[in-house]
Amino acid sequence: MPLRVGSDAFAERVDTGLEDAFMRGAVRSAQERLRERKHTSSEQLGDWEAWRDHGEEIRTHTLNHLDYYLEQLSDNIAEMGGHVFFAETAEEANAYVREVARKKEAKKIVKSKSMVTEEISLNEVLEADGREVIETDLGEYILQIDDHDPPSHIVAPALHKNRSQIRDVFTERKGYSKTDDPDELTRFAREQLRQEFLDADLGITGCNFAVAESGSISLVTNEGNARLVSALPKTQVTVMGMERIVPTWEELDVLVSLLCRSAVGQKLTSYITGLTGPKTEGEVDGPEEFHLVIVDNGRSKILGTQFQSALHCIRCAACVNVCPVYRHVGGHAYGSIYNGPIGAVLTPLLDGYENNKDLPYASSLCAACTEACPVKIPLHEHLIAHRQIITEKEKLGSMPERWSMRLFGTGVSRSKLYRLASKNAHLALKPWTKGDRISSGPSLIKEWTRSRDLPAPSRDRFRDWWMRRGKGEGQDE
Amino acid sequence: MSRGTVQNRTSFLNNIAEKMGRARVDHVERPVYKHRPQWEVYADATADELLDVFKEQCQHIHTDVIEVEKSGVARAVAETFGRYQAESYLMWDDPRLKDVGLDDRFQEQMKQLDVDTFIWNPVSDDNIRVAEQATVGITYSDMTLAESGTVVLFSSSEKGRAVSLLPETYIAIIPKSSLVPRMTQATYEIHQRVENGERLPSCINFISGPSNSADIEMSLVVGVHGPVKATYIVFDDE
Repeated sequence: MPLRVGSDAFAERVDTGLEDAFMRGAVRSAQERLRERKHTSSEQLGDWEAWRDHGEEIRTHTLNHLDYYLEQLSDNIAEMGGHVFFAETAEEANAYVREVARKKEAKKIVKSKSMVTEEISLNEVLEADGREVIETDLGEYILQIDDHDPPSHIVAPALHKNRSQIRDVFTERKGYSKTDDPDELTRFAREQLRQEFLDADLGITGCNFAVAESGSISLVTNEGNARLVSALPKTQVTVMGMERIVPTWEELDVLVSLLCRSAVGQKLTSYITGLTGPKTEGEVDGPEEFHLVIVDNGRSKILGTQFQSALHCIRCAACVNVCPVYRHVGGHAYGSIYNGPIGAVLTPLLDGYENNKDLPYASSLCAACTEACPVKIPLHEHLIAHRQIITEKEKLGSMPERWSMRLFGTGVSRSKLYRLASKNAHLALKPWTKGDRISSGPSLIKEWTRSRDLPAPSRDRFRDWWMRRGKGEGQDE
Repeated sequence: MSRGTVQNRTSFLNNIAEKMGRARVDHVERPVYKHRPQWEVYADATADELLDVFKEQCQHIHTDVIEVEKSGVARAVAETFGRYQAESYLMWDDPRLKDVGLDDRFQEQMKQLDVDTFIWNPVSDDNIRVAEQATVGITYSDMTLAESGTVVLFSSSEKGRAVSLLPETYIAIIPKSSLVPRMTQATYEIHQRVENGERLPSCINFISGPSNSADIEMSLVVGVHGPVKATYIVFDDE
């Protein structure tokens, strides 16, 4: 599956999303549950703001010295007998893994969840050579056997499917004959996949964070499939985006703590697995051969630009879980495997503006994403910067948009001014407001009001409401 | 061990440095970070307080905790076998397990109860098959994290990864003295090993309860690819 998924135009994808009642209900309840759990577990950490500040300073330092830490990582892996391949493009990465699979005559390949392998379409390349590639994360497995349905959430990829749809997929494709109870469905997947793990010739994993000082990679999981993928097959290939690295195990602690809490509200997921090189002399399990593929695929273009902090992302989806736009349109509307606010920031950077110029507009700029981000990426400011580039430099937008962006631009460049502006937005939008709804907005929100009314900005900003909500007030919307 | 290959590195890293608008560097000093909130969590907790935190957390991660004296470990394991309807178990080849009573005599007693014993054996080809069929896997906890209810396992030839992974249920034997506040203390210790020039174990696992998934309608299912049930047996070694 490439970075971009689906061929419909943005507006059509949005319409499809809006019409899917189950999906909207599922997204809504998932957002609420994940948000609530994140809130509880982050409060238990003590000074959450200090944790976020620490996360930010770690990511900033690491990205500023990325070449140094990648060199250290690769030296350490090679010293232990592992192999490292630096891939500037998706094609180079795929060609390398393809060659490893060919040399190993791998008939069956088991994979644990990896966004970057989706981004580079690795499965398709391996399958074209006649190899069987099996996704083993439960959500990914469901999507794979349902004719490669695209993921709709970074952390919960099959969120858009209900239990009876999943039962039907299992029944049609795998001969399942029991009920739609999630316990029974999961049990069935366990039994189906166990033998695949034992038979597989090659295991492919992603990487949450590599650790430069020791040449380790870490996997943050709940199901146990990544442990099986890295313990049983004789050969292991790990594919990582080049920015997914920390200097030492001490920084790993902080980022893993932030990730688990922000993603699923757990203190730690069931399994945090640190893998260092191939198995050592005398060890029974673990791979004999270990390969790490470090992928650029457009990331280096972001370095040294105003968007550099987008590479700080630890893929927790906290921004997705607070986003009011994602809440309404769902993950597929973004047309990218990276959805929600971070997807709207990252996709145009990796894939260019031409095909993705709608994405930065898939936001109400309420800044909830920025406040949710555990490493303090200024997501909404990046979205505004994208809009400025689209309207001014690329001339892809219409005149009024360019005008409104220019006006908006001066306001948001200083955060105090932005805060003031969002506080006063209900006044600015008054001419279009009837009661508490806006049914035909000015150009910035025109596309949005085309299909639905937009609630008028209340005197109560989302960020104020959210802060109060945390203190037990404002439970109702 | 011969050195592995590294391909395409120079141009790749030069490009990064160029995009950053600077030359490549030979050395980077880790910064003195301004914030260190991780060291404040349960900083002043006593061993008993840490155990309370640990037990409370285990209730949230579907993991049973049994507290015993050292002399009671074997009995607690046997009782857990009963609950798990064990037909066989597999454990690390670890002197610490023998020391808490999971010794030859225990194995003999289990045999009389029709529970087969398997010990992880680095010179056998049969470990994975055995692990796959054993009802229970038993390991010792190398470090234990109170905050998250986590046992930390360092792999070696005698301490296979599959023991805590393939059997349907899992028991960790935990000396109370191994409890630390959180992941911070464990990663600090690992970092110190690296600083001392040690090669790390090929696999370090932080395990917090049984495997689980919420991929179907966000509904939590306990027991996916790893163990379906887990019990921690904490014994007083002080």
